[in-house]
Amino acid sequence: MAGIGSACLAVGLFTALYAAGASIYGAHRGRRAWVTSGRRAIYCLAGLMVAGTAILQAAFLRSDFSYALVAEGSSTDTPGFYKVTAMWATQDGSLLLWALLLSLFSAAVLFLTRRSLREIAPYATAVLGVVAAFFLVLMVGWENPFDTLAAPPMEGNGLNPLLRHPAMMIHPPLLYTGYVGFSIPFAFAVGALVTRRTGADWIRATRRFALVAWTFLGTGIMLGALWSYTELGWGGYWAWDPVENASLMPWLAGTAFLHSIMVQEKRGMLRIWNVSLVCGTFVLALIGTFLVRSGILDSIHAFGASTIGTQFLVFIGLVVAFSVALILARLPDLRSRAKLDSLLSREAFFLLNNLVLVGLCLVIMWGTFFPLISEALTGDKASVGPPWFERLTVPLAIVLVLLSGIGPVLAWRRVTLRGLRRVLVAPLALTLLALLALLGLTDASQSPPSLVMFCLVAFVLAAVGQEFWRGASARRTVTGEPWPRALVRLAGRNRRRYGGYLVHAGIAVLFLGVAASSAFHDQRDVRLAPGESFRTGDYTVTYRKPTARLGGDSAGTGAPISLGAVLDVKKGDQRFTLHPARNYYPTQDPSKGVVSRYFEGEANSEVDVRWGLKRDFWLAVRPDLASLDRPIREADRRFPGASNDVQAVVIAALTERYRSHPPPAAFRAIVSPLVLWIWIGGAIAVLGALIAVWPAPEARLRRVRSLYAARLGRELSRA
Amino acid sequence: MEYALAFLLLAAVVALVVVLPFLRTGSAEAEEDARRAELDAAKEAKYREIRDAELDYRMGKLSQEDWRAVDRELRSEAIEILRRLDRLP
Repeated sequence: MAGIGSACLAVGLFTALYAAGASIYGAHRGRRAWVTSGRRAIYCLAGLMVAGTAILQAAFLRSDFSYALVAEGSSTDTPGFYKVTAMWATQDGSLLLWALLLSLFSAAVLFLTRRSLREIAPYATAVLGVVAAFFLVLMVGWENPFDTLAAPPMEGNGLNPLLRHPAMMIHPPLLYTGYVGFSIPFAFAVGALVTRRTGADWIRATRRFALVAWTFLGTGIMLGALWSYTELGWGGYWAWDPVENASLMPWLAGTAFLHSIMVQEKRGMLRIWNVSLVCGTFVLALIGTFLVRSGILDSIHAFGASTIGTQFLVFIGLVVAFSVALILARLPDLRSRAKLDSLLSREAFFLLNNLVLVGLCLVIMWGTFFPLISEALTGDKASVGPPWFERLTVPLAIVLVLLSGIGPVLAWRRVTLRGLRRVLVAPLALTLLALLALLGLTDASQSPPSLVMFCLVAFVLAAVGQEFWRGASARRTVTGEPWPRALVRLAGRNRRRYGGYLVHAGIAVLFLGVAASSAFHDQRDVRLAPGESFRTGDYTVTYRKPTARLGGDSAGTGAPISLGAVLDVKKGDQRFTLHPARNYYPTQDPSKGVVSRYFEGEANSEVDVRWGLKRDFWLAVRPDLASLDRPIREADRRFPGASNDVQAVVIAALTERYRSHPPPAAFRAIVSPLVLWIWIGGAIAVLGALIAVWPAPEARLRRVRSLYAARLGRELSRA
Repeated sequence: MEYALAFLLLAAVVALVVVLPFLRTGSAEAEEDARRAELDAAKEAKYREIRDAELDYRMGKLSQEDWRAVDRELRSEAIEILRRLDRLP
């Protein structure tokens, strides 16, 4: 079957190149048959990538170690759930995932636009074909996921334990879907530039794809943060790690793009900015993939050095050069005829929001690539840490949240001062109330940036709430509907607008969680023997007893050994028990003994979190195995060729020894206020994005269409 | 061997799919459908803008004077799209 998989890639490469060539030839010569043929080639490419992925997934599921990739990233004892995810834990597998998602997205958008954008779509097909061909060249030439081993091992290396987490199951595909999704508006922007059709047509055709990409990328980032919080054992959710930053940068640029295209749709302005933004977003998506896969920057998320870094850099360079040249060549066609009517208008604030988002993006880019810049200039690979990022990004984030509250209440073109007063009075009054409450009832004033952020969150929520209320009121004056129905129908009829408002509310809630948990979290690192206690915040924590599990950790990651602790936590009348643990996975390193290989391989924390709307209690344990060192060496010496059964008995005896004679263990406890709201806010934002992206029912569109057609007809006849 | 056979088979299937458009004669109807679809999309977008402006007015974000000016401009653009739709055979 590996041969069939390789054939899928090779035929896919020719198919992608054919799609590009046929589409350009057809568009250039005006021969529709060639264009249609090119589009069909993309459909075939999607089929080939689905077939290739299915073959590889089947190999993972049946633990076929004749595939080098399966031997490298899976094992017989890897739970089936994680065997499926093992494909994208490897470089070759994630390249295949990129190609699969790109071909599916491309096929979907080309199918949906098969009867429209006749001039632009062929060039977009060509761009998508070239991007797909690049990934296929990488696989065919350097990183073939279907490479086989002449002498397959009996057992594979197993999936990296850090990746054995439910969020990791879907985090990479979501990120990649986001990255890939931005190639669609990029391709159509290129098509629009080539054909000089720089109006809003290409935006209308691809806006939904950009929004879907933005939603997937954002959800991927949120799940990555959740994984970091619950799996990595350090207690945070965002470390300003290069790979984390690499996913945030295209998301920020994509956010700017989604706002600025509205200005082009409504006013015909910002055309140069929009094509530049979409090209930048796509390049940032490529950089994101490059950073994860190249190993060029130190990151907990970059799994191994890569052999394809140079190829990626060359491709990124070509994309940048091509995009810049094309935009410069089309500058006269991109100049807008419309002008900004007033600085007090929605488009002016969108422009401001774009500048802040791009500013944030540039700051993060500078910090992320600083190690490379410093190495090039001084020879030392210096890096900037979280304090540097926080110092620069916090003020920009504050401005961004403020703008996300003001933008929705303003009208397009211009707002009079009277109108401004009318829409801002209630949100500002509520913000003032929130400020007084925060000063009087909480210790929020200890962190001025957080206090400002809390007030702005109140402002955004009030502004968005006011928008829903005023919209529903306006609807009720016409229809007389009850409030709930008026609200639902209002949002249903104006999904893009009210979905967007919900996204703003969700992001504000997310910032509430970030501000509170960053400024007011309480962390303690302690070393305790059973029976001992410590205090953190208002909590008293007692280490009751150690635990030792064999052949089945509580999280179902397939760890053969899991050592942990039972701790009783008390706060006033509230009592609960936590069970943090540390899982140990065997190494295949032949230099290790038959017993020590179980204790000296990969290990990761199974954090226990008591989730709460007001605060979380987060606890991790790191058992001290020093007391087992001598018995482990002794077992290695006495049972060098022990069977699996004997190994199991010895390991059971060793873990029982740990349980019955427990040494002190190291614990990290964190009390984080409102941290759960980060993910609640993220979920609200995703819900809003889904509402905005969901198409209106056809019947409703038809009714609206006929209603307006009749009105227009009446006016036309009067004229 | 497996690779070569699979390559030939898959290439043949792809070739069959991509060559089909050349065997069909292109019709003028398809071109008209495409133009109609584009104008329909433009029309829907314009209607959405008209509705947005009306909602802004009802919510008090736009003065009556501003709304009437915006609405008049948007409607004239919508009418132009309708005219172009009507001109299609």
